[in-house]
Amino acid sequence: MHIELQDIRKYFGEVRANDGISLVFEPGRIYGLLGENGAGKSTLMKILSGYQAPTSGTILLDGQPVSFSSPSDALRKGIGMLYQDPQDFPPLLVSENYLLAYDDNLLLDFPKAEEELRGLGERFGFHIDPRVHVETLTLGERQQIELVRLLALGAEFLILDEPTTGISAEQKEILFNTMRRLVNEEQKTIILVSHKLEEVQELCHEVAVLRRGKLMGTKDIPCPNTELVRLMFGQELKRSERVPFQTGETVLRVEDATIQTYRLTVEGIDLELREGEVLGLAGLEGSGQRLLLQACAGLLQPRKGRILLDGKPLEGKRSPFFWTPWLALAFLAFRIVWAAIQFSSGQMSGLEMAGSIAAAALIAGTIWLIGSVLISWTSQTPYHEFQQRGGGYVPAGRLEEGLVAGLTLTEHMVLASPEHTFIIDWNRAREEINRRIQRYNIIGQPDTLVEELSGGNQQRAMLALLNSPLRVLLLEHPTRGLDVTSANWIWELFQQRREEGTAIMFISADLDEILERSDRIAVFSGGVMSRIVQTSETSVEELGHLIGGEQHE
Amino acid sequence: MNDAQIIRLLASVIAQSAPLMLAVTGETITERAGVINLSLDGTMLLAAMSGFVVALKSSEALATRGIDGDLLPVLIGFGSAALIGATAALLVAWGSIRLKQDQVAIGFVLTLLLADIANFLGQNYTRMPGPSVKHLPIPFLRDIPIIGPIFFEHDLLIYLTFVIVGFSWWWMYRTQPGLRMRGVGERPESAFVRGVKVNQIRYAYTAIGGALVGLAGAAYSLDIKLGWSDNHILGIGWIALAIVIFGGWRPVRGALGAVLYGVTKTLATQLQQSFPEVPVVLFNTLQWLLMLGVLLLVGSNAIKRLVDIAPKPLQRPLARALRVAPPQALGQAFLED
Repeated sequence: MHIELQDIRKYFGEVRANDGISLVFEPGRIYGLLGENGAGKSTLMKILSGYQAPTSGTILLDGQPVSFSSPSDALRKGIGMLYQDPQDFPPLLVSENYLLAYDDNLLLDFPKAEEELRGLGERFGFHIDPRVHVETLTLGERQQIELVRLLALGAEFLILDEPTTGISAEQKEILFNTMRRLVNEEQKTIILVSHKLEEVQELCHEVAVLRRGKLMGTKDIPCPNTELVRLMFGQELKRSERVPFQTGETVLRVEDATIQTYRLTVEGIDLELREGEVLGLAGLEGSGQRLLLQACAGLLQPRKGRILLDGKPLEGKRSPFFWTPWLALAFLAFRIVWAAIQFSSGQMSGLEMAGSIAAAALIAGTIWLIGSVLISWTSQTPYHEFQQRGGGYVPAGRLEEGLVAGLTLTEHMVLASPEHTFIIDWNRAREEINRRIQRYNIIGQPDTLVEELSGGNQQRAMLALLNSPLRVLLLEHPTRGLDVTSANWIWELFQQRREEGTAIMFISADLDEILERSDRIAVFSGGVMSRIVQTSETSVEELGHLIGGEQHE
Repeated sequence: MNDAQIIRLLASVIAQSAPLMLAVTGETITERAGVINLSLDGTMLLAAMSGFVVALKSSEALATRGIDGDLLPVLIGFGSAALIGATAALLVAWGSIRLKQDQVAIGFVLTLLLADIANFLGQNYTRMPGPSVKHLPIPFLRDIPIIGPIFFEHDLLIYLTFVIVGFSWWWMYRTQPGLRMRGVGERPESAFVRGVKVNQIRYAYTAIGGALVGLAGAAYSLDIKLGWSDNHILGIGWIALAIVIFGGWRPVRGALGAVLYGVTKTLATQLQQSFPEVPVVLFNTLQWLLMLGVLLLVGSNAIKRLVDIAPKPLQRPLARALRVAPPQALGQAFLED
């Protein structure tokens, strides 16, 4: 199937998610689609798969202009999309998941579904058991089932969105072989949307790079990584000289840490962060840098290794009431034995024994309940310990993680201040937030709800709410959504903290920012952290190689 | 107690549980499509009242035209009750899907409102005799020892209940529309990608479930607990909601839950006769404690361990039978892009 995109545009208000993109896809080839988050890849693929309609532009299918009313309409015309998060039904059986919306017959044909699943699975080397629940499978297996379904429904043109994120190496190998076979033997067309240059190099015949909604160019593979990185991040990478800073003693030490989540495993991280030092974490989004930051903040527990803040690990605190459930159990057991003895010696009737045990169960239950409440009140999570020991963490999700929607700036100030009093001193809180509103240049009033602030102002508000002095400051995209002047101002404030001895570790998708602001740089690629390089000794070329997953010297 | 008495007791448990089974099946269908309809209690009251009054009025009207017999009035009564149930349920769905309001909030307010409306509109019809469903044993089947007298010496409504429960199971697990309905309740965005019309399906199954709840209400006033009085069956709707959870959102297990509820209730009455010195209320709490215990047990690790020590070929069906999980998108409105 031959597909041509002509001048596709998609505007969301002022934002130009896709700005005049024209591409041609020929059968029997694998195309890569590269670009940073927000470059417009997903929007373009949503348009091509019928999820969204373009603002303007034409899609030609074998020379004929088409429009898709829905994803299922696109699939009927031969275009199938494999979403990064498989669009399946975890609580259903694999066979049910396969049959859902498969045809318009009244009765479900389970034997046929199982046969097709097994048959197609065998053809591609997938091991599919149709009689288990989808939720018991790994992400890679769910992907395989979804792929089989799309092929069974006649997809000639496949879009795979970040298919290797979160799947095992073997599954990746199987997937790649399948993709090659589909293209070589069955003349299908595949688009691989990816962050990983390595995979694009390994698999694709041709790659298109998007940046800020525009097509930056197409390249035939093989093509040097540095050229692709240039296209993705722009040509104008520059470096300003910065004053080297005298660093003090070690604040944060990570020793051979392994951090594991459902999607990604980061292994063998070793690093040391000193007072007054700024460490920048570069890499394509989702390569593991965020996991490291969260682990350092005590939000994730490393599976292996240690993370030390000022020489001590973040463990949280066990409640002094941890024994209450055991007390409840012991009491109940004692009463049951006692009642049984009384009954067997004839001092109690059966009914009295039952009553006595029931009463004991009631008391034990009450002890358990009160105990659980006490435990949850008196124990301390590692993250709270992190905060108490002078840690600050600013997450990327502003309204999801950083701020509480529905509360005003003043109320946030009360929540953020280190000393908690039972009765709130509103006047003091208002004065304090007013000071910070001015200092951080926030367009808003103390009584403004945080969700009413613009994105940039929410960002500034999160930074304004940090306490000082801090021992360590962990930042995710600290200046995302800010204009150049505000970004400079924010970094000036970080510089002041740095002089107070705060160690800073930050993630940024902006290579300029990393090169300009860090003392040292670590690059993440697919869960692997590169060796840490001195900013003054590195080059854009080297970072490009590292981001692409090559461990260069 | 002799055998005949026990059989009679069980038969009455089945009959008493039938309306509850209908309500549980209806709400199970609604919730499996992803809509939580908390207006059950009020809906059932209003349906019971209007079912009774409509049947009464139409029997009077038909009598003046020389048409006698209860069958037609009773059918009209059930029809109006089903209509009321479907309308109340659609209100919840509409408030959620169109007005984007919270389903729980709408359901709560609606249940209080409908209960009061029922008492207000029904105040002139309390404690009146009226038409009722005719007793109709099934020939031949009734002669089967033990099973016959327990299951086949009832009336049409109760047989219909069995059929509805079985049909819902078949529809949900063996047909394409039923599978789509479950998909919509579990993950509407995936269903949407596959071309399923999510909100259309939700409206349809909410209405069908609501109609069954309406029938359940009328089943009380026209069959099981005849007539109408203030707050005639107050609380039954909440019990039905609890049994939906107990049944793990499955029709057959929900129906069994309704029977189990009837059994424990009867058991409580019997126990109370055996231990007259124990206060009545204590035995009434028993059924809830039992239900709570079973729920905790099913949700705990004990079941997982039990499955692990079971023989290999039994493990999978056992685990499947003991699964309890609410539909994942229950109570969440789906916004199409």
